[in-house]
Amino acid sequence: MQTQANMQQNTPYELIVVGGGPAGLAAANAAWQAGLRRVLIVERDRELGGILNQCIHNGFGLHRFGDQLTGPEYAERYENMVAETGVEVALDTMVLSVEPATAPALDVGEKPLHHVHLISQAEGYRVLATQTIVLAMGCRERTRGAIGIPGTRPAGVYTAGAAQRYINMEGYLVGKRAIILGSGDIGLIMARRMTLEGAKVAAVVELMPYSGGLSRNIVQCLDDFGIPLLLAHTIVDIRGHRRVEQVVVAEVGPDNKPVAGTEQTFDVDTVLLSVGLLPENELTRQANIPLDPRTRGAVVFEDMQTQVPGIFACGNVVQVHDLVDFVSQEAELAGAAAAAYVQSTDSTESISVVELTPGEGVSYVLPQRIRVRDGQTTSVSFRVRKPMGRSQICLSAGDTEIKTFRRQRMAPGEMEHVKLRGADLALYAGGTLRLSAQEMGE
Amino acid sequence: MYDVAIIGCGVIGAACAYELSRYDQSVVILEAKNDVAAGTTKANSAILHAGYDPAPDTWMGKLNVRGVRLARDICQRLDVGYEQCGSLVVAFSEADLPTLETLYQRGLANGVPGIELVDAARAHELEPELSDAVVGALWAPSAAIVNPWEFALAMAEVAVRNGVELRLRAQVTAVTRTSAGAFELTVPQGIVSARTVINAAGVAAGQVHDFIATPSFHITPTRGQYHLLDHSSAGIVRHVVFQCPNERGKGVLVAPTVHGNVIVGPDAEPLPDDQADNTACTAAGQDFVAQQALLSIPKLNLRDNIRNFAGIRANVDSGDFIIGEAPDVPGWFDLAGMKSPGLSCAPAVAEVASDWLANRGIRGVRKQNYQDGRTHIRFVEHTPDDRAALVAQDPAYGRIICRCETVTEAEIIHALHEEIPATTIDGVKRRAGTGMGRCQGGFCGPRILELICRELDMSPLEVLQDEDGSYVLDSLAKGGE
Repeated sequence: MQTQANMQQNTPYELIVVGGGPAGLAAANAAWQAGLRRVLIVERDRELGGILNQCIHNGFGLHRFGDQLTGPEYAERYENMVAETGVEVALDTMVLSVEPATAPALDVGEKPLHHVHLISQAEGYRVLATQTIVLAMGCRERTRGAIGIPGTRPAGVYTAGAAQRYINMEGYLVGKRAIILGSGDIGLIMARRMTLEGAKVAAVVELMPYSGGLSRNIVQCLDDFGIPLLLAHTIVDIRGHRRVEQVVVAEVGPDNKPVAGTEQTFDVDTVLLSVGLLPENELTRQANIPLDPRTRGAVVFEDMQTQVPGIFACGNVVQVHDLVDFVSQEAELAGAAAAAYVQSTDSTESISVVELTPGEGVSYVLPQRIRVRDGQTTSVSFRVRKPMGRSQICLSAGDTEIKTFRRQRMAPGEMEHVKLRGADLALYAGGTLRLSAQEMGE
Repeated sequence: MYDVAIIGCGVIGAACAYELSRYDQSVVILEAKNDVAAGTTKANSAILHAGYDPAPDTWMGKLNVRGVRLARDICQRLDVGYEQCGSLVVAFSEADLPTLETLYQRGLANGVPGIELVDAARAHELEPELSDAVVGALWAPSAAIVNPWEFALAMAEVAVRNGVELRLRAQVTAVTRTSAGAFELTVPQGIVSARTVINAAGVAAGQVHDFIATPSFHITPTRGQYHLLDHSSAGIVRHVVFQCPNERGKGVLVAPTVHGNVIVGPDAEPLPDDQADNTACTAAGQDFVAQQALLSIPKLNLRDNIRNFAGIRANVDSGDFIIGEAPDVPGWFDLAGMKSPGLSCAPAVAEVASDWLANRGIRGVRKQNYQDGRTHIRFVEHTPDDRAALVAQDPAYGRIICRCETVTEAEIIHALHEEIPATTIDGVKRRAGTGMGRCQGGFCGPRILELICRELDMSPLEVLQDEDGSYVLDSLAKGGE
């Protein structure tokens, strides 16, 4: 039988973008602007825009457009840009697997072909060949299981994002009295959203002694509504057989373990979890593309290329961002790099590489690998492990300090960037550089 | 008047119903909850034990090996998730070796096929990530892993297809006898009359027995907690790895599951009688299970945990199953105390009940037009060509709803319309495998809710997570921030 699965006679794509959220849209648009003409975005949902569609609050686009937009408005700007191009879009289509090229290109100057397996109601099962792939699958929320909250397992425990979807997309409120675990941005936004909908938010509970969210969200979502933020607290018990009835919260000590005797009980029917985001890298893992255990995303070069030539990654699938503006920026870099890869005739293999690793006070750095070229500037993103006041960021090789940067304050909830110039790195080609951060005395 | 009323549709009740559905008599199952397999059957180790544990002169010893063999055939016939992966009981010191020898001898006496005592080298060859502390093991190739709720559901489905009547939300709250000797069982919907009763009420079996018979056994609800690890931990163990029971306790197991996860647990904590539904997890229990498991498999990555759960086992004071007619109530047959290896023994337990009915002249003749068999399409297990063919045949296979487990809309629609249809989000989970992955339904939950509403013509506000009262949505939002 001639099935669609083994019909692969189509002209290969130049680029297939996996995911039509903010990263995928920006990458596809940038690749088109850079000259690619056979570009496909594959989106599993029925519309483009990804998670932005359910983020109806504003605050998006300040950096990118100098404007305060809602999530759907931000998405619309990129959807409009893509609509102006000839980029193809496959909606309601799921990528089942990504197969990196195994055979070299047939002709000199051509690129080896990767394959993408996808499925949809409209088109059935397809296997498409492509010169490049941009992985833009985004991230997902950590769940109760990931943090092992004790207690019963009634209905009424949701990730903040799922509750947000129910309210903003489906028009239903998940409960009347809620407690929120985790002070990440989605948790903070949902505290406000639930309150505006008439629900009572008893508290936002945060394990760490500081919030994981943006400062502006703490002010606008909690302080303005009088919602208490319980730092260095956690949920130690969930009670209720069918639906949540009570939640027990306790203080935690310096070891992050609950302190006996500090328990307080809240009568709530809902628990929202905002306990972190995890890059969605199942496809990446199955394709044997190397991942960084710190970011939980692919190890990438300065142009967002993974360790498999021709496969790129950008947005929350490669590192979890706080602001969509930086997702777009990173994705535009990846899209343009995919185009350059398709158009180039030279291999980049001979260019020497500097490895970048996080040092003291830094939880991760991205990119993890930089190909050293003269006149090139690389923007390096990283996060610090704990809040810091006036501090110094230091790039070093062994005991040698290469470059330092100053900050007035930094926090784990806010991604930091430094710019490294090719000239600064050239001396260390083939070596490993460390980025560390230290608070400075007064 | 029914010939037989089965109280409870866990794996024991379902196995009895399946066995009896081959014969021409009337059978009704009275299940207290809103779905089958909703008690102990849905929260256990999901293992078919080889049969070396129980003493040969017990019901457990007599039924285990036969039960596992029957279960294997049933899983094949009814397309139930099953894998004969074998099991190891590992010894951590020379002091454990006599216990292994005892288990080995019991295994021989119980007729466990292929059982073997192996040295440390062989044990590590079978299970490379075993702790270096392991000095020897008991290898039982006939042990298997199974999808326990699908096992029960599949048997109940075929029974229903062949005329057994299933009543859900039919908790029996009183039992009386008429002067003619018939049983009258009070359920919320009224009175159900039956000539004979099979009591397969799980942790409630003692209570149900006492409605009509002289109390003769006591069930202690015993809670066991588990960790379930993500697919990314798959392969860390290839077989069921038990720990040699010793003075420190029975030990916990680490095993693969048929869904490609790793299960770790359980502990054993007796609860007061009135807490038979207390399936809460505790920090102490979770920690204990984790620490114990690391003794067997030091590389186990518990950060891969995607769900903790607890199940209640029906522990009886005698230590063996309670199987038999209540001495003072002819026609009343107890199948109680079905703790481990209850799942393994279920089909053999059902045979005992069936034979009893035959001896009493209740069991009818074998049906001529019996419709056995069942197929369950799991899209994810198909080859690309087969997947293409499935989508061509039904485009709903082209829409992936649960992205963690790759479950399609077609599979969910099927779950909502099969012989014992799902009506809740967890009901769909138990049938189609949705929400079982690392996002635990965070992504697919709203989409499944939408499909339940569409297919069953319900309002979103009516949709339940699982049991009655477990509503998912509270009210309509006011709209617009």
